[in-house]
Amino acid sequence: MASVPDSDVRGRPAAGEMNGAVLTVRDLSVEYAMERGTVRAVDGVSFDLDPGEFIGIVGESGCGKSTLLFAVAQLLVPPASITDGSVVFKGRNMVGLTDKQMATIRWKDLSVVMQSAMNALNPVKTIAAQFSDAMRAHGVTAKAQVAERSQEVLRMVGIDPVHLKSYPHQLSGGMRQRSMIAMAMLLTPDLVIMDEPTSALDVVAQRSLMVQIKELQEQLGFAVIFVTHDMSLVSHFSDRLMVMYAGRVAEYGPTRQVFDHPLHPYSIGLMEAFPSIRGPRTHLTGIPGSPPNLASPPPGCRFAPRCPKVMTRCREESPELYPVDGTLVRCFLHADGEARDE
Amino acid sequence: MATLRAPGPGATGGADEPGLPGPALMAPAGGLPPSTGGIAGARSLRRLSRAVTSNRKATAGTLLLLLFCLVAAFPGVIAHDNPEAEIYPRALGPSLQHLLGTTAFGQDLFAQVVWGTRPVLLIALGVGVGTTFIATLIGVAAAYLGGAWDGVLNLLTDVLLVIPAFPLLIIIGSYLHGAGTTVMIAVITLISWSYTARQLRAQALSLRSRDFLEAARVRGERSLYIIVVEIIPTMTSLLVASFLTNALYAVLFSSSLQFIGLGDPNVTSWGTMLYWAENNEAFQTGQALWIIVPGLCIVALGAAFALLNYAFDEIGNPALRPVRSMRGNRGQRAR
Amino acid sequence: MRFVLRRLGFFVVTLWAALTLNFFLPRLMPGNPALAAIGKSRGAISPQALKVMEAEFGVGGHQNIAAEYVSYLGNVARGRFGSSLTTQPGTSVARIVLDAVPWTLGLVGLTTILAFVLGTGIGIVGAWRRGGRLDSIMPPIFVIMTVIPYFWIGLILILVFGVKLHWLPYFFSYNVTLTPGFNVTFIGNVLQHAILPAFTLLITTIGTWILTMRNTMITTLAEDYVRMARAKGLPGYRIMLDYAARNAILPNLTGFAMSLGFVVGGAILIEEVFNYQGVGYLLLQAVNNNDYPLEQALFLLITATVLVAILISDIATAILDPRTRGAR
Repeated sequence: MASVPDSDVRGRPAAGEMNGAVLTVRDLSVEYAMERGTVRAVDGVSFDLDPGEFIGIVGESGCGKSTLLFAVAQLLVPPASITDGSVVFKGRNMVGLTDKQMATIRWKDLSVVMQSAMNALNPVKTIAAQFSDAMRAHGVTAKAQVAERSQEVLRMVGIDPVHLKSYPHQLSGGMRQRSMIAMAMLLTPDLVIMDEPTSALDVVAQRSLMVQIKELQEQLGFAVIFVTHDMSLVSHFSDRLMVMYAGRVAEYGPTRQVFDHPLHPYSIGLMEAFPSIRGPRTHLTGIPGSPPNLASPPPGCRFAPRCPKVMTRCREESPELYPVDGTLVRCFLHADGEARDE
Repeated sequence: MATLRAPGPGATGGADEPGLPGPALMAPAGGLPPSTGGIAGARSLRRLSRAVTSNRKATAGTLLLLLFCLVAAFPGVIAHDNPEAEIYPRALGPSLQHLLGTTAFGQDLFAQVVWGTRPVLLIALGVGVGTTFIATLIGVAAAYLGGAWDGVLNLLTDVLLVIPAFPLLIIIGSYLHGAGTTVMIAVITLISWSYTARQLRAQALSLRSRDFLEAARVRGERSLYIIVVEIIPTMTSLLVASFLTNALYAVLFSSSLQFIGLGDPNVTSWGTMLYWAENNEAFQTGQALWIIVPGLCIVALGAAFALLNYAFDEIGNPALRPVRSMRGNRGQRAR
Repeated sequence: MRFVLRRLGFFVVTLWAALTLNFFLPRLMPGNPALAAIGKSRGAISPQALKVMEAEFGVGGHQNIAAEYVSYLGNVARGRFGSSLTTQPGTSVARIVLDAVPWTLGLVGLTTILAFVLGTGIGIVGAWRRGGRLDSIMPPIFVIMTVIPYFWIGLILILVFGVKLHWLPYFFSYNVTLTPGFNVTFIGNVLQHAILPAFTLLITTIGTWILTMRNTMITTLAEDYVRMARAKGLPGYRIMLDYAARNAILPNLTGFAMSLGFVVGGAILIEEVFNYQGVGYLLLQAVNNNDYPLEQALFLLITATVLVAILISDIATAILDPRTRGAR
């Protein structure tokens, strides 16, 4: 279902035409073919990413954000598959490309950082070997060059290059995570996709890793898609924020705006669940209920069963994304394009 | 052979699986309160039968096994001749009176095959049960008692595991001069329990630290109660797998022992039939059926156990189930 | 290093257990059949050999078991196993066993390695092409293959290729009219005779390798690091080998050693069926002739071989899996 007007919120033309964005996702949908029927994990998601931009995608477990990530990176595995939409990266739609065609794009222009380095790094190969096979797969074969670049990226993330000889299990958790990020930098990609890279770390390590990522981004100029459930963490570093709920975009706009003045009742609920360290003591409210079963989603707005501001209309019709002052929000409260207060 | 895996809801993959409530809220695996007999029993029986009918391997295996059980239970109904009676003309080919012909001694081959089913099945079931029982005893005890006991039992298990089974069976058999059904069961059981004991110990160890057991301990339940009521039901899948695997090996071991002449030559069983067939040069004298048919029976019974085992493996670990080839993923292999 | 020492210690214990079994089994059986057999062949045995065998099997009447046990162990350590009861005059057991070893080593050793290599290869490819034709027919076929008795398949192959088609010889290790020697005719003949037994052993053992490799491969393919390899744009064969197979094979290496016990058992039966003059055939001859000293020596040899194989697979695991090395 077309949920974005022909030009996106920034007034840019739609996919297919050169609009300067490094990544244009339009109406992306992903389905899982399960035994009991298909489940639509991602439903008509669209967004743009400019060069060097940092977008955070947040939502609770099961909202489809990781699936979205893998779909964008063309890394889905059956039974999941992209059933609709386009992912235009540097002017080229990646959906439907063969593995061979993708291979030239992978890592050179688009790299991935996964959640747990312990699981994402091959346990039987040294760090050096894992760095070099990525480079050699893309034409960098001279041993000296490979070695030099490997050392360079490690230094970039603050790891002593002597650890190139180590196996993943010999490094600490934080070092492993940072080496994964270093690996993603090897061929200076234009887009780095990150799936909750900080979740496995403690708070202090989390922050230092985020700072590191931000520094690298400023240094090398790549765009970042950062998926997490920790909204407060990502909001310090992202330019734009996208809140996902039940496979759909609930709210999408500049970070400051979405974070300080959330419009969607779900986003509001999320904000209110996080206490502010400096603000006055407020009563913490969670969001009652649980996310819908995507095998048989409710009619109308998917958040309706849990929404404190639900109207009759919400249970019958499904809201589109409505623009409000530079933010897009999927809620009938803002259907006429005006921000409304509670 | 069953792979070792902890029971519980099927593993969730790397990506979010939509529709599931939050971060995998797993029901305590098997940690439900002691079943109220009938109701829970009927429910699990229904679930079991649904699992069996939906999986092709399980259905095939069950049907085969039932067939053999029937034959073993009522051999007289199916074959009217006395298998031992050497009254017929020798080495006849198949005919209406003798469905499979006769042996070099003038016995009806069909009767022999039919009557030979019972000893084999008895050995298989006897060993399956016996092995699983001993293995559970030792495996769970080792895991639960820990310390020095664990070390000793472990060593015993490992040594028995490594010593080659069949040669040992041969040596023991050579001293026993003709092992009948009961002796066969006993000897094969003694050789076979170690593998399963190891598996069960590993699983019991992994269960030891699970929360639902801690809850039982805190409630003040006695160790025996915990072992019997909480741990063992959780290990049901491994126990079933152990029974099936050991029954399978019992069929193969016992027939092999009988084939080389270490079984009881007076008991008609598939293995002994093959022994006599080979001794009478069945191939050269054109009595190929004498060798082919008992062998096929062994394969069929073994296949029944193996199919069931494999099916239970798949039921327990969904990742192993056959992948339906969908149009969407042609060419997109799991790379 | 500590790991290696513990393993060696375990092997010593196992060997000791096998020796002890050898010692007590004859004494536990009513009438000590071993003694009876020895008594019958008394005339043909040298006094030295007799002493060795008395220590192992016991002398009639009450003797000091502890002393016998000790001297038995001492004899084994010095390679003294007594003499065979079936050859006249009694040839030393050690000599007979050593003659048979190369035959079995060649047949079983080579075939097992071949089965392992082929089996894991097929398993890897089958799991890689999940949902393909290979993958859907594989499981049922190989389930059936693993339940076929080794000896029976040998018999069937003899029926087809030997008796009916007359393509291949199936009796003995070589044509007895030839004189053994290192010449092309003889070696060619040996190889010809080995084809059917080797093939039998191959098809009965390959099924397990294929199945277990396929299953571990499937689990490994779902790992994050395999997805990561895809994300890096690595070529397919490299992902399959370097990332998936390399990891999937590790648990199978220990399985390889464990299952050697079964392979050995199968080899015994196959040698019997084909009258192939190896260690297994020898064992069964000894059993049929109540040649206990020979039997027990062979049992020890087989056990020792399995232990060596386990040691080799342990070393292989240590080489291939960096996590097992070092204290970390």
